[in-house]
Amino acid sequence: MPVLTGKELRIVGFLCNWCSYGGADTAGVGRFNQPTDLRIIRVPCSGRIDPLFIAKTLINGADGVLVSGCHPRDCHYAEGNFYARRRLEVLKRFLPILGIDPARFDYTWVSASEGQRWQKVVTVFTEQIHALGPATRHENVSPELLAKVASAIQGGNRVAA
Amino acid sequence: MSRLDALKTRIKEALPGLECVIGWQKGYDALHNTPLFIRGEADVDKLEWGALNVHNPAVYLPSFAGKKVGVVVKGCDSRSVVELLQEKLIDRDNVVIFSAGCDGVVDIAKVRAKLAAAGLNAGNAEKVAVDGKTVTVTAAGKAVSMPMAEVAADKCLRCQFPNAVLADAFVGDPAPQVQAAPAADADLAALDAMSVPERMAFWRYHMDRCIRCYACRNACPMCVCRDHCIAQSREPHWLSQEDSVTEKLMFQVVHAMHLAGRCTECGECQRACPMDIPVLALKKHLNRTIHDLFDYQAGVDVAAIPPLLQFKLEEDNIKERSW
Repeated sequence: MPVLTGKELRIVGFLCNWCSYGGADTAGVGRFNQPTDLRIIRVPCSGRIDPLFIAKTLINGADGVLVSGCHPRDCHYAEGNFYARRRLEVLKRFLPILGIDPARFDYTWVSASEGQRWQKVVTVFTEQIHALGPATRHENVSPELLAKVASAIQGGNRVAA
Repeated sequence: MSRLDALKTRIKEALPGLECVIGWQKGYDALHNTPLFIRGEADVDKLEWGALNVHNPAVYLPSFAGKKVGVVVKGCDSRSVVELLQEKLIDRDNVVIFSAGCDGVVDIAKVRAKLAAAGLNAGNAEKVAVDGKTVTVTAAGKAVSMPMAEVAADKCLRCQFPNAVLADAFVGDPAPQVQAAPAADADLAALDAMSVPERMAFWRYHMDRCIRCYACRNACPMCVCRDHCIAQSREPHWLSQEDSVTEKLMFQVVHAMHLAGRCTECGECQRACPMDIPVLALKKHLNRTIHDLFDYQAGVDVAAIPPLLQFKLEEDNIKERSW
């Protein structure tokens, strides 16, 4: 068993190639201390991120997802992050209806020069996920809770008859 | 002249220039109407108009791309047509829209429940008569009357568009506006009242019985990918064949997210579900979110750009987190 089991959680980061990935690199080059729970996936642009990437990551059991791109008006492709902002905000508000705590997902903007900001974002987000603890998957819902919800559904399977 | 006769007259006039006209006809029993494809004058007399026209005929329009077709729509269906036009999935010159005022359609599941309560089987339905506020179903020789308000589809109880948003031929008098019934969005209200972990249990409970038939997708007028749906593609491989709640729920998330800002809440996904899974609640919630964020409603304005296909430099309602 890996030595960090129980101490680390699984946090997935989607970072745009031009700003945030560079920002994370800057933080590394500057030797800023950061928590190591975050696994980074590099994407060409925050506009490349399909909200379903995040939904699938969370539904399949990740404890947190962080998205970071260029600051608005600073996108390498001029407007990718403007589209991303709308999609990501819609997704963030969609998660709670699925039974996923919206605090497990956040999106932000970090430029390539902002190593310190990156350090802060990672630290704050990781602490936030640790406060929530490991995520429950739909398949692992406790039998008591399942029984409670099932007994509340009467008159067929509809939410409300 | 009744709405139905007026519709038939207009369709007969227009038919020579059209590949076909999509509408509804009597189905396999008295309780069910089915889609009708009018290709000749003889078919026109099969057309039906009324509370049993539950299907959304707009779903067939993209498959006739490049051909000039007619479509008979209810108010709610016309929004799907408008949304398809907005996204340029169909061509305005190639579609002729026929419509009349709609007084609401029934929810067959509710009728079935009413009949069951009277000790009757919906499969034996012989005759259905709808007059204004009452639906009378005769089954096994016994007539059961039920108030329309109790068996109408949920969407009809809070219908904002009883008359088509867009029509080339609108016949008869417009239908009156509906006073939204408080119970119409009971499904959303029930979900809102739950805690987040309870909602997880809720979807676990419901999605468990999903059989992955994809009827929800096939009935959806906005699901235009058809054979290229990512649910069944191997490259990219979004969903596996595994029979798990995770995979089943993931498909509903795919469906809902692909409809964000496009769904007109026609309710076909939930109506088509053979397992009675309340999948429409996800889309209703998204529509509410889209409305809060972008003050937008899908399928009412042909010239409007869907909210996720545009942006503002400074968003009005998105408050980003400061770290």
